[in-house]
Amino acid sequence: MATQSEVTSRPSAAGAPERRGAPAETPVRPPVDIYEDDEGITLCADMPGVSKERLELRVEANTLILEGTARLDLPQNAEALYADVRSSTYRRTFALSGELETDKIDANLKDGVLTVRIPKRSEVRPRRIEVRTG
Amino acid sequence: MFAIASGAPDSLFEELWRLQQQADELFGTWASPSGGIRSQPRGSFPAVNIGHTPERVDVYLFAPGIDPKTLDISIQENLLTVAGRREIPTHEQATYYRQERFSGEFRRVIALPEDADPDRVQARYQDGIIQIGIERREAARPRQIEVH
Repeated sequence: MATQSEVTSRPSAAGAPERRGAPAETPVRPPVDIYEDDEGITLCADMPGVSKERLELRVEANTLILEGTARLDLPQNAEALYADVRSSTYRRTFALSGELETDKIDANLKDGVLTVRIPKRSEVRPRRIEVRTG
Repeated sequence: MFAIASGAPDSLFEELWRLQQQADELFGTWASPSGGIRSQPRGSFPAVNIGHTPERVDVYLFAPGIDPKTLDISIQENLLTVAGRREIPTHEQATYYRQERFSGEFRRVIALPEDADPDRVQARYQDGIIQIGIERREAARPRQIEVH
């Protein structure tokens, strides 16, 4: 049930809603696909609403950090009717292992899908081991 | 961390969430697809946000990595239907550690406010978000009432 104070604290159509005491946003954890082949590891993450300018991808102490901010083209005085997505920020981290070449990471963002390619060092790529008989 | 400054674009989602709760309380059923008979559980693909002003309703579908040409968007009465497909190829030779992303066909049906005008709809696709804007009929305009 809405109390009177909740109803009256509704922001005016002109915007400038009351922000005091608002909780900090909990970032969305983007869903990912991760697969490995002989050359390296590929990670795909769904980050809709994020453009290249609002994406930050970095490696810190062997941790891959994905961060982004989504932007919705909302009219100034818009009010919500419904929201599955309740945060405009994305964040997810992955621990990397030593055989990956973190300085050769390649990333591409298209239509809200981030694709990150992390190559393996050439010396650790799988070698076929011959089994001798006799 | 302190709360983000008032009016920052970052705060819009959070604001939307808070406002939705108020909308649920104030408007009841149509304003709350969350309780509607056509609603889908949280986590369905694509996620949906809906915002409105007195002039228009904006529906946002979070559908990254799709070809907008394959989308089927239609409005019948006040029901907006968005159907499409997202096919994620699997690499046979690779070892998969995680497969969390949605792959396959999707369909979402969204109940719009009664005054949404199905003849004035615009849709666009950017950064993986489908935005569908529907104008609302002017309240002052006399409404034609058909007698059957």
